[in-house]
Amino acid sequence: MNDAEPRSEEHPVDDQVSIVAYPNGPFLVRGPVTFTTPDGEEIPPGRRTVALCRCGKSVRKPFCDGTHKMIGFVTEQEPGPQSR
Amino acid sequence: MSSAPTGSAILTQRPMQMPTARGPLSRELIRVLTEDADPDTLIALARTAVAEAADIVRADDLQLALFVLYELHYGGVRGVGDHWEWSPALIAARNIVEDEFETVLRERVPTPERPEATSAAVSACLFDLTVADTGPSVSRYLARQATGEQAREFLVQRSVYTLKEADPHSWAIPRLSGRAKAALVEIQSDEYGGGRPHRMHSAIFARTVRAAGLYDAYGAYVDQVPAVTLAAINTMTLFGLHRRLRGAVVGHLAAFEMTSSIPSKFYADGFRRLGYDSDATWYFDEHVEADAVHEQIAGRDLAGGLAEAEPDLLDDILFGAAACLTVEGWAGEHMLTCWSDGRTSLLAPLTR
Repeated sequence: MNDAEPRSEEHPVDDQVSIVAYPNGPFLVRGPVTFTTPDGEEIPPGRRTVALCRCGKSVRKPFCDGTHKMIGFVTEQEPGPQSR
Repeated sequence: MSSAPTGSAILTQRPMQMPTARGPLSRELIRVLTEDADPDTLIALARTAVAEAADIVRADDLQLALFVLYELHYGGVRGVGDHWEWSPALIAARNIVEDEFETVLRERVPTPERPEATSAAVSACLFDLTVADTGPSVSRYLARQATGEQAREFLVQRSVYTLKEADPHSWAIPRLSGRAKAALVEIQSDEYGGGRPHRMHSAIFARTVRAAGLYDAYGAYVDQVPAVTLAAINTMTLFGLHRRLRGAVVGHLAAFEMTSSIPSKFYADGFRRLGYDSDATWYFDEHVEADAVHEQIAGRDLAGGLAEAEPDLLDDILFGAAACLTVEGWAGEHMLTCWSDGRTSLLAPLTR
């Protein structure tokens, strides 16, 4: 990530990985991360922001291919930060 | 497959060639632009053309004139001076056509019931809208039954937009702020190759075009495509070029992204079925994963983020999304109707 990025108090370290769970959809992953097979072979994501399959039906796992919409995949309400 | 015309991995081929006129307005527009003639006559011609058009969406003269006028704001037209971009008479003529076009779109495009102006509600509403879009499916037709010639026609129809893919929505960047702006830039950065010009989506699409033995120059096939195809592209530019319509261009992009991932899989299957190699199907394969990312960002952070920041734009966000589905649906329906009747969807069949 770019060292010139401003760093606020809410985001003291912007070069760490963030994962956002999108309702009824995939996890979006941002930041310096590598994806590998169980044998350690690297899987190039091809882009900076990556969507990881959460419905289990993608034919391009670990990445999302939009299949969750065809099968009507529904996620539960995400717990808020306070409930942890 | 015939040999591909020459072209590099990086796409640098604008301005486009001047298209051929389709009626009095476009004929005079082309004359004015190429001969540096007095543009004032165009205003009256635009009024007449609008008044006489039975259906502006399918009016070849009007849609072509609008397309050429818009192109002055993109990469330009070969042989036309750059100063024409901000000619008051050209903009006055353009506004006459645009006003009618926008009015017709607002009349014909069915918009969904308004959700709360929250990111979650807007995103859910847009996903529902796009899932419910059960219009004619060019992608399924391509996957299962299109002939090689129809697949090439499809690329020709698509080429007019896709060789400048993402550009209409980029107009919105300086008009947004905060979360919505960051979301749009995140999507557009990926569209433009993330800093690698050969990975720019328009450049990847050019590989598919060349693999089909077609010309990859931007605008090479404008003369071949019907008004309804130009109308779909003009819709994006109309929304993109007017700050007033920033809600609509954001909604348009969200709907575009939400209806791309799964169809791209079908397109890739179709071209593979027809014998195209993985370099040729790269464009569609790329969009399966790319748009699975983009649709989430576009729904939640771009459209949702804008609705939260500027709740007054909510209706236009919905209108833009619905307009995308409707106009793209018209263009797709045209192709499927022509093909099921056993004729070309282009104004003239491909000669090469």
